[in-house]
Amino acid sequence: MHIGNLLKIAFKALGNNKLRAFLTMLGIIIGVASVITMLAIGQGSKRSIQAEISEMGSNMIMVHPGGDMRGGVRLEADDMESLTLADLEAIRTETRYVSYVSPSVNSAGQAVYGARNTPTTVYGVSADYLDIRRYRVADGDFFTEQDIRAAAKVCVVGRTVVDELFPDGGSPVGRIVRFGTIPLRIVGVLESKGYNSMGMDQDDLILAPYTTVQKRVLAITHLQEITCSALSEGYTDRAIGEITALLRRNHKLREGQDDDFTIHSQQELSNMLTSTSDMMSVLLAAVAGISLLVGGIGIMNIMYVSVTERTREIGLRMSIGARGRDILAQFLIESVLISVAGGLLGVLAGVGASLAVRALASYPIYIQPWSVLLSFAVCTFTGVFFGWYPAQKAARLDPIEAIRYE
Amino acid sequence: MDEVIRLEHIRRDFVVGEETVHALRGVSFAIRRGEFVTVMGTSGSGKSTLLNILGCLDTPTAGEYWLDGVAVRTMGKDARATLRNRKIGFVFQNYNLLPKTTAIENVELPLMYNPSCGVAERRERAVAALRAVGLGDRLLHKSNQMSGGQMQRVAIARALVNNPAVILADEATGNLDTRTSFEVLDLFQRLHAGGRTIIFVTHNPEIAQYSSRNITLRDGRVIADTSNPAPLDAAATLAQIPSASPEDAPPT
Repeated sequence: MHIGNLLKIAFKALGNNKLRAFLTMLGIIIGVASVITMLAIGQGSKRSIQAEISEMGSNMIMVHPGGDMRGGVRLEADDMESLTLADLEAIRTETRYVSYVSPSVNSAGQAVYGARNTPTTVYGVSADYLDIRRYRVADGDFFTEQDIRAAAKVCVVGRTVVDELFPDGGSPVGRIVRFGTIPLRIVGVLESKGYNSMGMDQDDLILAPYTTVQKRVLAITHLQEITCSALSEGYTDRAIGEITALLRRNHKLREGQDDDFTIHSQQELSNMLTSTSDMMSVLLAAVAGISLLVGGIGIMNIMYVSVTERTREIGLRMSIGARGRDILAQFLIESVLISVAGGLLGVLAGVGASLAVRALASYPIYIQPWSVLLSFAVCTFTGVFFGWYPAQKAARLDPIEAIRYE
Repeated sequence: MDEVIRLEHIRRDFVVGEETVHALRGVSFAIRRGEFVTVMGTSGSGKSTLLNILGCLDTPTAGEYWLDGVAVRTMGKDARATLRNRKIGFVFQNYNLLPKTTAIENVELPLMYNPSCGVAERRERAVAALRAVGLGDRLLHKSNQMSGGQMQRVAIARALVNNPAVILADEATGNLDTRTSFEVLDLFQRLHAGGRTIIFVTHNPEIAQYSSRNITLRDGRVIADTSNPAPLDAAATLAQIPSASPEDAPPT
C-alpha cells in the first residue's frame, strides 16, 4: 500500500481517538522533554565549571617541594627546601611544552594602611605569574625585572585588598601599604576576577617580587612553589613529564627513588569537578531515559488495545485484499506517528523548560543539538520497537476469525 | 458463457483436539459468468466453510479450486490477498463498514490496496459504485449516520468498486427487516441483470426463489443443485409490502 494512504489511515485512526492519542503521546512528550532538560542542565553546569577553571588557568601546573612520603614519614611540604631557583631556570630554559614559569613564595599576614588593616596573603612571583593565572593589571603597572633584581619594596594589589584599605575609592597607586613590618609601594591594581568555583576570593592577594618576599618577608632562599603553564591544556601531561624528568635529574634522584617534589595540574582539578558533573548528567539522563521507556510501554499498551478493538476492521481489510504486511505497516505507522508527534512536542517542551529554568532560576543551561537529535531518534525507535509487537499481532490475525469477532 | 468458479472434489478437514471434523466432504460444481446462485444449508452444513474457500480466505485440504482460471489451492497468503482484492467482492451480514468514515471512503477502501489505481480514478470509481446502488446523494454521509439498508448498500458498492469476477454475499439480508431485505435483494437482482456473477449464501429458503440457481448443502456435501428458470421479481414483492419508512425508499 502507498505510504500516503497509510499516513492517511493512521491520521484518521488517531483522529477518531484524539484524547487517547494525546494521553499516549504525553508519556513520550514527558520522556523527551525531561531528557533534553536534564542534559541541558547537566551540560550547563559542566560548562560553567570549565569556564571558571579556564579563567583560573586551565593549563596551570604547580610544582611543590616534597614527595608524599620520605623514609616512611609524611613531611610538611613547606619544611622542604628542595625547590630552588636553579630548578626554575632549568624549567624555563630546558622544556619544550612549558610556556610560562614563575616562582612562588607566599606569606599570610596583615596588610595595613593608616588606621585600616586587612588579613591577606602576599605572593612573591615574577611577571610570568600574570599570564599563568590570567590576571590583568587594571590600574598602574606590574613591577619590573629591575624591581625583582633589586628586591624592591613594591607590590600589585587585588581588588578586595583595595576595597578594604581604601574605601574612599581613590586610586591607591603610589601609596604605601605595610605588610607586617615591610612597607610596600603600590605600583598597580589587578583587574577583579571574583570567586572561583571552590569559593576562593581570587582578588584577596598582594603580588610582590619573589626576591622581596624571600629576603624581606620570609628570609629564605628556596622556593615554596614553581607555577608553570603548559603550551595549552592538551600539552599538560607532556609538560608534567618533562618537568618530572628535569627535576629528577637536577635533584640527582636515582632510579627507583621517590620524587622529592609533587606536581599538580589544574587539569586534575578540572577533571575531578567535571567528572562529578558528568556523572550527575548521566544519572539525570538515565532517569529521563526511564521515563521515555515508560512512555514507550504506554504506546505498546494502547496499540494492543487498539488492535483488539479493531479486530473486525483488520478482518475486513484483509478480506478485501490487505496483505499481512499492509496491516503491519498500518499499525506501525500509527505508533510511529504517536511517538514522532510526541517527540516533536517533547523537544519543544524540553527546550521551553530549559529556557524557563535559565530565566527563572538563572541556572546555567546549555542545550546540546545532539541531545535533541538523540532523544528524537530514540523516540522514533521507541515507536517502531513498541509498535512492532501489537502490529505483528494484528498482521497475523486470521481474517476468517477477525471478521466475525464480536 | 465461461466458468468463473470451478470446484473439484473440495474437502476441508479441521482438527479439533484429537478429532478430525470433515466440514466439506467432496464438493464439486462450476459457476458460469452472470449466474445468481444461492447456496443454502442449515448451520453445520459446511456453507460457511465453503464461503471461506470460495472467498480465498481459506484453502481446501484436498481438491482443486479455480477462480477466474487461477488455481487457488497452492497460492500463498499474500497472493490470495491480492486475488481477493482484484476478483472478489464481499458483502457481510453485519456490513463491516469502517466507523466514523464516509460512504465514499468506505467504498474506496479496496482500491487503496491496489497500487495501480490512482487517487482520481479511485474517487471516480467509488462515486460510480455508490450511484449504482442508489446512494449518489449520500457520498459524504458517515457510516454511523446511516440506516441498516443504506449501510448494506454502501457495503455492496464497496464490493462492486473493484469490478470483481464474483460477488460473495454472506447472509447479506440477515440483519435487515423484511422491506429492506427485499430492497437489497432487488439491488442484487438488478446487478445480476447487469451481468454480475453473484453467490449468495443463506439459510433462508425464501431467498432462493429470487436467484437463477440454487445449491443446497448438507453435512458437507451438495445434495441439490437446481436451476431456477423463472425467479421471482424482488421489486414486485416489494411493491406488495406496505411502505414503512420513507428513508429506505428503493433507489431510483
